[in-house]
Amino acid sequence: MRAPGTPARAEGRTVPEPQITVNGQSRPLAGVPAHTNALDFVRGLGLTGAKEGCAEGECGACAVLVARPDGDGSRWTPVNACLVPALALDGQEVVTAEGLGGPGDLHPVQAGLAEAGGSQCGYCTPGFVCSMAAEYYRPARPPGPDGFDVHAIGGNLCRCTGYRPIRDAACALGAPPAADPFAERQGRPAPGPAQTRVDGFARPADLADALALLAAHPDAAVVAGSTDWGVEANLRGRRAAHVVAVDRLPELRGLTTDADVIEIGAALTLSEVEAALGDDVPLLAQVWPQFASRLIRNSATIGGNLATASPIGDLAPALLALDARLVLASADGDREVALADFFTGYRETVLRPAELVRAVRVPTPLAAHATFRKIAKRRFDDISSVAVAVALDVVDGAVVRARIGLGGVAATPVRARATEAVLEGRTWDLDTVEAASAVLAQEGTPIDDQRASAAYRSAMLGNALRAWWHEEEVP
Amino acid sequence: MSTLSDRPDDAVVGLSLPHESAALHVSGHALYTDDLVHRTPHVLHAHPVCSPHPHARVTRLDPSPALAVDGVVRVLTAADVPGTNDAGVKHDEPLFPEIVMFVGHAVCWVLGETLEAARLGAEAVEVDYEPLPAVVALTEAIEAESFQGGRPVVVRGDVEQGLASAAHVFSGVTEMAGQEHFYLETHASLALVDEGGQVFVQSSTQHPTETQEIVAHVLGLDSHHVTVQCLRMGGGFGGKEMQPHGFAAVAALGAVLTGRPVRLRLSRTHDMTMTGKRHGFHAQWRVGFDDDARLTALEATLTSDGGWSLDLSEPVLARALCHVDNAYWIPHVRLHGRVAHTHKTSQTAFRGFGGPQGMLVIEDVLGRCAPLLGIDPVELRRRNFYVEGQATPYGQPVRHPERVAAAWEQVLASGDVARRRSEIAAFNAAHEHTKRALAVTPVKFGISFNFTAFNQAGALVHVYKDGSVLINHGGTEMGQGLHTKMMQVAATSLGVPLSRVRVAPTRTDKVPNTSATAASSSADLNGGAVKNACEQILSRLREVDAGRDLPWEELVREAYFSRVQLWAAGFYRTEGIHWDSTVMRGHPFKYFAYGVAAAEVEVDGFTGAHRTRRVDIVHDVGDSLSPLVDIGQVEGGFVQGVGWLTLEDLRWDESSGPGRGRLTTQAASTYKLPSIGELPDELNVALLEHAHDDGVVYGSKAVGEPPLMLAFAVREALREAAAAFGQEGTSVELASPATPEAVFWACERARHGASDHVVEGLPGAVPDQPDPAAPALHPRSERAAQAAGEA
Repeated sequence: MRAPGTPARAEGRTVPEPQITVNGQSRPLAGVPAHTNALDFVRGLGLTGAKEGCAEGECGACAVLVARPDGDGSRWTPVNACLVPALALDGQEVVTAEGLGGPGDLHPVQAGLAEAGGSQCGYCTPGFVCSMAAEYYRPARPPGPDGFDVHAIGGNLCRCTGYRPIRDAACALGAPPAADPFAERQGRPAPGPAQTRVDGFARPADLADALALLAAHPDAAVVAGSTDWGVEANLRGRRAAHVVAVDRLPELRGLTTDADVIEIGAALTLSEVEAALGDDVPLLAQVWPQFASRLIRNSATIGGNLATASPIGDLAPALLALDARLVLASADGDREVALADFFTGYRETVLRPAELVRAVRVPTPLAAHATFRKIAKRRFDDISSVAVAVALDVVDGAVVRARIGLGGVAATPVRARATEAVLEGRTWDLDTVEAASAVLAQEGTPIDDQRASAAYRSAMLGNALRAWWHEEEVP
Repeated sequence: MSTLSDRPDDAVVGLSLPHESAALHVSGHALYTDDLVHRTPHVLHAHPVCSPHPHARVTRLDPSPALAVDGVVRVLTAADVPGTNDAGVKHDEPLFPEIVMFVGHAVCWVLGETLEAARLGAEAVEVDYEPLPAVVALTEAIEAESFQGGRPVVVRGDVEQGLASAAHVFSGVTEMAGQEHFYLETHASLALVDEGGQVFVQSSTQHPTETQEIVAHVLGLDSHHVTVQCLRMGGGFGGKEMQPHGFAAVAALGAVLTGRPVRLRLSRTHDMTMTGKRHGFHAQWRVGFDDDARLTALEATLTSDGGWSLDLSEPVLARALCHVDNAYWIPHVRLHGRVAHTHKTSQTAFRGFGGPQGMLVIEDVLGRCAPLLGIDPVELRRRNFYVEGQATPYGQPVRHPERVAAAWEQVLASGDVARRRSEIAAFNAAHEHTKRALAVTPVKFGISFNFTAFNQAGALVHVYKDGSVLINHGGTEMGQGLHTKMMQVAATSLGVPLSRVRVAPTRTDKVPNTSATAASSSADLNGGAVKNACEQILSRLREVDAGRDLPWEELVREAYFSRVQLWAAGFYRTEGIHWDSTVMRGHPFKYFAYGVAAAEVEVDGFTGAHRTRRVDIVHDVGDSLSPLVDIGQVEGGFVQGVGWLTLEDLRWDESSGPGRGRLTTQAASTYKLPSIGELPDELNVALLEHAHDDGVVYGSKAVGEPPLMLAFAVREALREAAAAFGQEGTSVELASPATPEAVFWACERARHGASDHVVEGLPGAVPDQPDPAAPALHPRSERAAQAAGEA
């Protein structure tokens, strides 16, 4: 097992040359174009472990570990290297499967996987190793079969093994030994964000700097986790004259709880929001396990997920049901809009040029009863055919307030206002559920596509409240 | 009894070993074709210009704007081909077409200093098309009688009489979708020109010899000018049997024309839109049962969706027809097959090679008919098993049919099936909106290439002076553990420790004229060849040893100094098989591989969402060469089959809109493979014991394909769970793949008691009848053999 090194920083410079520390070695980023992703970059170094399987963050063959901040220390965080611009990792520490261990000195995760028959063709294997290693090093992970969260490897696809030996190898992992260099590394702070200014790519220092840059380049692509932009760049050949990275802006990374609102910084990754909120927002706690994969949630940000305005994103329906509002920031200052008013058309929003989503505000107290129901072909890590989020306040058996957010049934995420109107003021009983379901089935304008038929989508709308009624008692 | 199957004491075969490259895999050091690019200086990158039309004539192609793009070096077109402009062996796959036949068909390729340059160059190429009418859906092709190739018929007995005398006759239609291979490593080739004009192509190919032949004929070279090497593949599953050749030829052509190495690696989108997949099938059937629910007759017309070229569609169809019986005795049979010609990718080999589609027909028939017969499906299946002395519809005696029954009983016992089924009944009675079911299905799968000539293999085994052993053999490694098994075979044959044995990458200049690594047969065939080579060496060494029992290293050293040859070329051919495809009769398979699976599922009636709670499998791999590898094949094949049957949803735009013919699920985001969430909560796999098979290397059996069909148990369980939403005795038609949506509609139909999907009585829905004037089946390989004979 090899020790991760420390970055070889250029001494005596105010702004270091862009570089990434890969497996302990500083690797210059000079001349790397903004559209080059971290996968192609590390492969260009001669590292062969990270592979391209899909180039859109679905298969995990490209997974690498990045040292990310975690309290006073850091966490080895697996991400899809195919989606991250290499320049976005300026100043960061990256470890690939090769960096964990070599054929003659295998890392415990590698040895376990190899011995269990967890590799057949081997192409997906280094990516699995990275995802498994991150879970292996999760602080406070209990060793033993139940301590390993198999969802940690849910974003890694294997076409050969059928996963059983991989699951067994993962669940058999013990605790890292004392003096494990990767575990030790987690005790020290992660590198801070570098301020990157190269041709076509910029990482500004703070929000004011970012807004000024955007004002100067209104056509710039704003990237945070790049889970959407990376797909555009890889699969559709989209190129931007200017890319502005906002994922580490301090003003976008807070999470505060006041008496009447929870404010979530737009640049927090979904994994970070998930960890910070815990069970504080039960509806969101239901969403996370159904939202893409751990690899994606480690990169994708809450603000990015909303700003990209996908009609099939899972977060928007939930936040609509929570009556969330967005804080939009520009050089002119902040303004606040209701999420329900944010989406204006297919992938269109009220965001003006040079304006950013700064934060998401969830008003409190939360509705007492909420459910998130996702219909997709695959149980986990799939795109919704239909997503339905419901939040109800029931007082003395009667619905006093209903909010329902829908995904996958219109050009934007929408509120099911007609259904809400049916529910409000009625006793929460089977008759009400049936009456509301009949209306809900007619909400939106679902279409036939490769994910589902319009008829199925409507049927799923119609069954969402029924299923909830039968599964869970709402007092 | 053949000595081939004798296993010595202390054999290295039979040990459970990890994959021979496992340490390289997990550490990222295992090299795949595209990993070589960064070790190859001055490499050029290739990018295709793809047709947006499913069928169109290319009226103008102007590459000159591409040449103006910075970094573009050359555009390859038909005019550049020095040899034959064809990527197939049947001359129906032009490498640079004048008429494009599917959306994604490459009309030319752009070479650039970077992939970005090549991509931008490809965008700049100007192509004009004259759109032509396109057939997209399989049902459209049937309607239009758009067929290609032979239309074979398998006949036994008198099917009309068998149906007429049956107590119960049912008829219906079964449709099943294709499947994308989705090997994690997309197609990749890296070609360079050696000294003297020799062409060296590294390719991710299951069939290096055929890749070599195609490269040679495109370049107008003899085979000895072209060497193809396959280090390993990141998965193949049949998708790299025929499909790599054209890509290798493009890379080789580019290398010859530019004098620089050329790399061609498909993006996932290109791979999915350009390369062939598992054939979807459409089947019309009529079936008869006697009063005891025993099958009396089956008549069926199977039509496969061949796509735009014939490819391997004929042998795939032949194997489908040879597997409609699965494990069941059917006295009177007439099976008729056709290959539809559609404007889609050229459908090709995929694990099971038509077998799964053929077997799905009878399993669908039994699953739909059991409630109509009023019989438990478990009993219906068991009652119809082959017994000793019976033969398949194509005339091959079924050897060891008792193994299906043995595996069946073992699964029922180890899976505690009777108790669990009564628990399930209680659960279902107590749950209105969630239903469970447990189904049990058998597999019988024929092993050998239907085409006899392919059942041969070669190997080259070197013993070096220090006693170390290097094996070359004709098979390729795609994750199935073939190299691991071959090392075990060599170590066993020579009596040396495994650590003394290495396998070298597959190369056509080491072992020539190889068959594809396919048909599950590669361990049988190459194992026979490796063993043969080892035995030649060993017999020479025995003479040197002369009974002294010298240690290996000493013996080898002494043999060298005695000028005794320490290497040997081995050869193996499967004995006792023959096949006549014109009449679809013979003994095409060396043996049958057997297996049984029991699967329990749970279905949510509100959504159709389902999960597999528990699966128990007993599978027959003979006397296993390498149990960890074999169990990996069983589990991996099973889950891949579950993907085909319950999740993976190929969708083509069949509308009349501008996207007609386009694959709408052309990316990992829209085409979903099983992920770890599809792994059953409990998966128990056992290898059938006392299963030594005479006549196969060290008593083992093939394992690559047969386990895929174990997944039928999951599909049948879903059908029964859906039926549980209706009245008792409800017959359910279940679309394939049984996605949550498909299961939801099945539940809805069950609730409403609709059973119009099966017609009862005669004449019923009569399958399309064979056309006496239609061509017989002459698979490509047989034609090639015939041509060679004539020449």
